[in-house]
Amino acid sequence: MPTDLHYLAILPEIITAATGIAIMLLDPFTAPQHKGRLGWLGVAGLLAAGVAGAAQSGRTMTAFGGMVQLDSYSVFFRWLFFGVSIGTILISLQYLKREGVHHSEFYALVLFATTGMSFMAASVDLILMFIGLETVAISTYVLAGFKRSDPRSNESAVKYFILGAFSTAVLLYGIAFLYGQTGSTRFDRVAEALSAQGPSAFFLVGLALLLVGFGFKVAMAPFHVWTPDVYEGAPSPVTAFLAVGPKAAGFAALVRVLYSALPDMENHWGDVLGLVAVLTMTVGNVAAITQSNIKRLLAYSSVAHAGYLLVGLVARNELGISAVLYYAVVYALMNLGAFTVVVIWSGAGETRVHLSDYAGIGFRYPFLTGCLSLFLLSLIGIPATGGFMGKVFLFAAAVQSHHVGLVVIAVLNSAVSAYYYLRIIVIMYMQEPAAQVPSVEIPVPAAVALVLAALGTLLTGLYPSALLDLASRSVLAVR
Amino acid sequence: MEQLIFYSLAGATVLFGMLVVIARNPVHSAIFLIGALMCIAGLYLQMGAEFVGGVQILVYVGGVMVLFLFVIMLVNVRTAERVRQLSPEWKTALLLAGALSVELVYLVLKGPGVFATAAPEAIPALQGNTQNVGAALYTKYLLPFEIASVLLLVAMIGAVALARSRMD
Amino acid sequence: MIPASHYLILSALLVTIGVIGVLTRRNILIIFMSIELILNAANINLIAFSRQLQDVIGQVFAVFVITVAAAEAAIGLGIVIALFRNRETINADEIDLLKG
Repeated sequence: MPTDLHYLAILPEIITAATGIAIMLLDPFTAPQHKGRLGWLGVAGLLAAGVAGAAQSGRTMTAFGGMVQLDSYSVFFRWLFFGVSIGTILISLQYLKREGVHHSEFYALVLFATTGMSFMAASVDLILMFIGLETVAISTYVLAGFKRSDPRSNESAVKYFILGAFSTAVLLYGIAFLYGQTGSTRFDRVAEALSAQGPSAFFLVGLALLLVGFGFKVAMAPFHVWTPDVYEGAPSPVTAFLAVGPKAAGFAALVRVLYSALPDMENHWGDVLGLVAVLTMTVGNVAAITQSNIKRLLAYSSVAHAGYLLVGLVARNELGISAVLYYAVVYALMNLGAFTVVVIWSGAGETRVHLSDYAGIGFRYPFLTGCLSLFLLSLIGIPATGGFMGKVFLFAAAVQSHHVGLVVIAVLNSAVSAYYYLRIIVIMYMQEPAAQVPSVEIPVPAAVALVLAALGTLLTGLYPSALLDLASRSVLAVR
Repeated sequence: MEQLIFYSLAGATVLFGMLVVIARNPVHSAIFLIGALMCIAGLYLQMGAEFVGGVQILVYVGGVMVLFLFVIMLVNVRTAERVRQLSPEWKTALLLAGALSVELVYLVLKGPGVFATAAPEAIPALQGNTQNVGAALYTKYLLPFEIASVLLLVAMIGAVALARSRMD
Repeated sequence: MIPASHYLILSALLVTIGVIGVLTRRNILIIFMSIELILNAANINLIAFSRQLQDVIGQVFAVFVITVAAAEAAIGLGIVIALFRNRETINADEIDLLKG
C-alpha cells in the first residue's frame, strides 16, 4: 500500500465531486420549478471547495503514490476553475429556465468537469492527467449537446465529440511512447530518464503527438478548426465555460508536462510552440475580422488568445509562466463577462447573436453595453484593464528571452484585433437601432457574475501586483 | 509456432482494420471491428497480459460493440448506405496518413535502441498477471481508479441526459 | 519470442488505418469506429512496452484506456441518437448548420 493516502490533499476535489453526486441524488426530490436551488447548491459546493483549497495554500506535498501534487500551482488553478464554474452556474440559472432545459444534470456535469480540471492541474502522473482530461472532455461533450432538441446544439456536440475523441486518442498514443521509453508515467521519472538518455526518437514522437493532442484541446492552429462551429452551436453559458475552463485546464496540464516531465527538450518544444503561437494568433485574429455572429467572433478571439498565452510558454522563463497564469485569470474574467452579456442579450432561443442585433442598444442598456465595452477593451489590451497588464507581462517575458520577433508579431496581432472588438462598440453606440429595440430582463445572478467579472477586469488592470505575486509564487512549484 | 500465431493474428488485425474503414455499411464495419478487437485480445494473451485480454473481450466486444450495433440498428442503416461515403478531401487525407505511417514505422525501426540489447528470449513473462494488475490498481493507482469511477458516473448521467425521450 | 518492435509496427499500421478512416469517411459511426482503432493501437503499444519493461503499469494504463473508451462510446452514441432524432442523418456532410 502507498503510505501517502492523504485525502486532505484532494479535499477540494472530493467536495466538488460529492456536490455533483448530491445534486443528482436530490434531483428526484426537487420540483421542476425549484431546480435552481440545486444550482445554488453547486455554487455552495464550489465555494466550500475554494475554502478547502485556501486552507491548504502554502503547503507542498505529494499524495497517492506520487500521483497528485498539492502545491501553490495546483491551488492557484483550483481557485481559477472554481471561480469559472461558479460564474458558469450563475449565468446558467436563468438561461436554462428560459430555454426550457432546466435539468439539474447541467449543474452536476459542471461540477464533475471542475473536478477533472482540478486534477489536470494537480496531477504529476500521465495516467491521472489523462483520466482528469477525459472527465472534463466527456462532461463538456454532454454540456455542448445539452439542448438536445436543438439541431445546432446536436451538431456542436457531434463535432466536439469527434474532434475531442480523436485528439484524446492521439494524445494517448503519445503518452504510450513516453511510457515505453522511460518505463514510468510519473513526471519526475520521465524527466530523469530524459536527462539520462537524451531526446531519442521515442521522446520526439511522444512529444509531437502530445503537442498535437493538446493542440486540439486548447485550440492551437492548425488544430483549431472545430472551435467556431462548436462554440456557435453550444448553449451560450456552455460556450463561455468551454472557452475559459477546459482551455485553462489544458494550459495548466501542458505547462506542467512540458516543464516537469520534458524540461530537457525545451528547445524542441520551444521552437515548435513559437511557430504555433504565431500561426494561432494570426489565424484567430484574421478570421475573427470577417465574422458577423458574435459567438463565432468570440470563438476566433479565444483562438487568438490561446496564441498570446503560448507566447508566455515559448519565453521559457519564470516570468513567462507567471504571465501565463496571470493572463489565464484575466482571460477568464473578460471572456466570461463578455459571454454573460451574450447570454443575456441573445433572448429566448438565442435569436439575437448577430452583430447587427447589437445596433444602437448602447444607450438603452447602459449597464450591459458598458460592461461589454469594458471586456472588449480588455480583450484588445487597452491600458487600465487586466488584458493590458497580462499582455505586458507575456510580452516582457518573451523579450527577456530574446524572442523579439515573436513579440512584434503579437503586438501587430493585437492591433488587428482592435479592429473587430472596436467594431462591436461602434455598432452598439453609433449605429441606429433596428425598428424596435427588444426589451430584455437582466437576471440577478447573471448581473452579479457580470459585476464581479467587470470588477476583476478593472482591478487586475489597476493593481496587477497582487495577482502577479500570487502567480509568480505558484510558478516555483513547477520549475 | 509463436511466429505463426503472431503473424496470423497481426495480419488478421490489419485486414479487419482496413475492412472497418472500407466497408460501406456501418453494420459490416462494426462486425469487422469486433474481429479486429478479438485478434488484438489474442495478441494481449500472447504477450502475457491475460487480464487486459479478458477485459478487452468482456468490455470492448461484449459491451461497447454491442452498444454500437444497437445504435446502428436504431439509426436506420439503409439511408446511410446510399449517400456519399468519402469526404471531398480524401486524396489529401490519404497522402497525410501515408506520410504519418512512413514516419511512425521509421521511428519505430530507428527508435528502440534501448530494446535491441535486451534479448527478448531472456525475459520471463510477468507471473500471476491478473494478481499483479489488481494489486497495482488498488494500491499505487488507487486515485486514478477512483477518478475513473467519477468518469463512468459522468458517462452514465450524460448518456441519459442526451438520449432520454423529449417528453420531460 | 516476438520482438517488441513488431508490435509497435502493427500498432503504427493500425493508427494509420484509423487516421485514414477519420479523415476520409463521412459516416459518423464509422469515423467513431476508426477512433476506436487508434485507441486500440495505443493499447497494443502500452502492452508491448509493459512486456518489454517487465512492468505492470502499461497494463494498468490499458485497463484505464478501455474504461475511457467505454465511457466515450456511451456518450458518443448518445450524441448520435440525439442528432438522429432531430435531423434524420448521421452523415457528416449534412451536418452543416454552423457555417461562418
